[in-house]
Amino acid sequence: MYRYDEFDHRLVKERVTQFRGQVERRLAGDITEDQFKPLRLMNGVYLQLHAYMLRVAVPYGTLSGSQMHMLADIATKYDKGYGHFTTRQNIQYNWPALSDIPAILDDLASVEMHAIQTSGNCIRNVTSDQYAGAAAGEVDDPRIWSEIIRQWSTFHPEFTFLPRKFKFAVCGMNEDRAAIRFHDIGIEVVKGKDDAPAFDIYVGGGQGRTPMIGHLIGAAVPAVDLIAYLESIMRVYNMNGRRDNLYKARIKILVHALGAEEMKRQVEEEFVHVKEKGVVHLPEEEIARIRAYFAPPAYETLPDESSALNEAMADNKKFADWVKTNVAEHKVDGYAIANVSLKPIGGVAGDASDDQMHVMADLAAQYSFDELRVTHEQNIVLAHVKKDDLFALWQGLEKAALGTPNLALITDHIVCPGLDYCALANARSIPISQEIAERFNDLDRQHNIGELKVKISGCINACGHHHVGHIGILGVDKKGTEFYQISLGGSADENASIGDILGPAFTEDEIADAIETIVETYINIRQEGERFIDTYARVGKEPFKETLYATH
Amino acid sequence: MPLIKNGKFADDNWVLVGDDDELPTDTPVIVSAARWQAERDALIGRNAPLGVKLEAGEAPELIADDLDRLQLVAVNFPAFKDGRGFSYASLLRDRYGFDGEVRAVGEVLRDQWSLMVRCGFDAFDVADGTKIDAFQEALGEFSHVYQATGDGKKTVWQLRHGG
Amino acid sequence: MAQHTNKRATTQAVTANRLLDGEVVYFTADGSWSDWLKDADVADGKEACAALLAKTEPSVAAQQVVEPYLFEVAVEDGAIVPASVREKIRMAGPTIRLDLGKQAASA
Repeated sequence: MYRYDEFDHRLVKERVTQFRGQVERRLAGDITEDQFKPLRLMNGVYLQLHAYMLRVAVPYGTLSGSQMHMLADIATKYDKGYGHFTTRQNIQYNWPALSDIPAILDDLASVEMHAIQTSGNCIRNVTSDQYAGAAAGEVDDPRIWSEIIRQWSTFHPEFTFLPRKFKFAVCGMNEDRAAIRFHDIGIEVVKGKDDAPAFDIYVGGGQGRTPMIGHLIGAAVPAVDLIAYLESIMRVYNMNGRRDNLYKARIKILVHALGAEEMKRQVEEEFVHVKEKGVVHLPEEEIARIRAYFAPPAYETLPDESSALNEAMADNKKFADWVKTNVAEHKVDGYAIANVSLKPIGGVAGDASDDQMHVMADLAAQYSFDELRVTHEQNIVLAHVKKDDLFALWQGLEKAALGTPNLALITDHIVCPGLDYCALANARSIPISQEIAERFNDLDRQHNIGELKVKISGCINACGHHHVGHIGILGVDKKGTEFYQISLGGSADENASIGDILGPAFTEDEIADAIETIVETYINIRQEGERFIDTYARVGKEPFKETLYATH
Repeated sequence: MPLIKNGKFADDNWVLVGDDDELPTDTPVIVSAARWQAERDALIGRNAPLGVKLEAGEAPELIADDLDRLQLVAVNFPAFKDGRGFSYASLLRDRYGFDGEVRAVGEVLRDQWSLMVRCGFDAFDVADGTKIDAFQEALGEFSHVYQATGDGKKTVWQLRHGG
Repeated sequence: MAQHTNKRATTQAVTANRLLDGEVVYFTADGSWSDWLKDADVADGKEACAALLAKTEPSVAAQQVVEPYLFEVAVEDGAIVPASVREKIRMAGPTIRLDLGKQAASA
């Protein structure tokens, strides 16, 4: 993975010094809260319901064991012993004191981490595929390009005061685990001229109040043009994005207003000028230098079959269940991709205690070349595990309550913090997730249901990605009472779709029953091999509306 | 308002003239883009330096053809969060080759100065009581930059590879 | 943060977050800030509420608290109770972690 050189180190250190100065000026009253707010946001510091919240960047979701150890230490020393992994592959702490944050940033800098631009109207963390470098069929490791974009977008002098936040996602193959079509700019690495990496660039995707699927604006843009092309998009947005209405300020609104064709025309016109100038320049040597950090780890030469794995699975049903859902195929013989679920039944989706973080870090060092990935679905991945080692890994995870065998099953939810933590929320989301998970706890039943992605948001900002849930749940406030609205058929992958709202909302007491009704309907009408999302694509919402609202 | 130009406090010889005000004869004046377009010939005919003030929403393309007539372009920031002016300055310098004064006016935070300088601003209206040390300090906060702008400063990518 | 304020509320108290550590605090009758809702000054009627909120301006200027706002309360059996789910949660702590927040501390 990427390692800082002297330049990266110095920039992060100087940023901490700058922020320390800003905090001092705030505490001394030299600047008001209004003036301080955008500055603290650009260092990841929010003010939430109970306390400040600090969002630490995990660039494209990749981190080392020692970085994970430090995240654990920060939770212990400065917070309340846990952290929350987010849908942008970052980590959030819910209880830091403002006065401690410069010290936290110092600690982070010591392990090449930071909280730069994790909030504010600037370019945010570039997210990517959690199976990068491990999945078969990848055109190129998307993290190479994510790192390039990260550097280019850090403290960009022209694009630090955008109309609104700006989110990039990059995937390295057509199979999309990074939800690129729901980002402000989503990039797919494709084969360009002479099979060199090139980029399909989607613009204007997003969720929030007005979910939209991104439009393909640039096709097979060559690597040498990537930065110039992105600068062009950013300039068109910075100059023309709406500044009068916070809720209409994302680039998706601009693309929608202009139309994709006109947007493309403006970007390409700007691109011609930017290329002419020749100032924006991505040296080949820099691409090569960054690429070297993502070289394959020192794999052993192994047979693809592992008798140790097969025997362990035969001997231990619990382990076999875990392998069935949580282990994915690796491109190298004898290796596997292990998914660590942070969705224990009855737990808080995406949370990990400091102890658990230490365990994951140790297991990564021992079994996965000291590297972990955070997924946008709020789980963790150890991407390069020998099949021979899977049983030992699982045992280590089990001991730390990290072995929940539910990846992509109905108890593996994306959940925003909701009204339990967030100042923007209208309803609580976590208890709803817990109720549903408890209702469907039976593992056999979960397997019978199969892949079913439930995504829960506590308000219309959709941080829980409910628009792209196979089942999406949106918490609303009706006259002071929390209600939950269900949508079906959303999907964040390359078959991008926005869920359809089914009908009137349900109370907290009714919601788990409602989900059961939907699931039973699916079981009754599905055809051989159909996942929930496939059945929905075939039959649409009517059968589900019927059963759900028949008795109401 | 005090003026910082090229990193030092400077006397401000320019007068901002409202759309309906009389134009003083021998004084450097700054007019709105609207007035520039309405009274272009009369303004060019004057024997004194001329500047145009761009509001947020008035991209420099509006005056691009006339930049050789102007000695100053002021870019207004109605709110510090409104970052359109960063692009305007960049375009003035890089796209249109303007080498007169580009001045940031309106609500500008100390923490924006170094970014603005990189985008091509060389003059700043600042709050009363601003110390020049603060300006120098702000500009010196970061030793290196990742991005190329028209200021010619070598980027980290260039420094890494001797570019 | 005041976006959830009920505009038709008559009985209100004032809350904010402490600048230094973000702790939820309530404005008291003697002009200080308490961690506990039971110490809050309660105002009745539009004018009294506006006056109460205005009294917090020096605290903001003195960098003690951030973004004070009015929120609806009821007084039941002598106890001050927030009207909204949001302020109830804000007063106590996350409902899914009863070991965190004010609900976990001894009063």
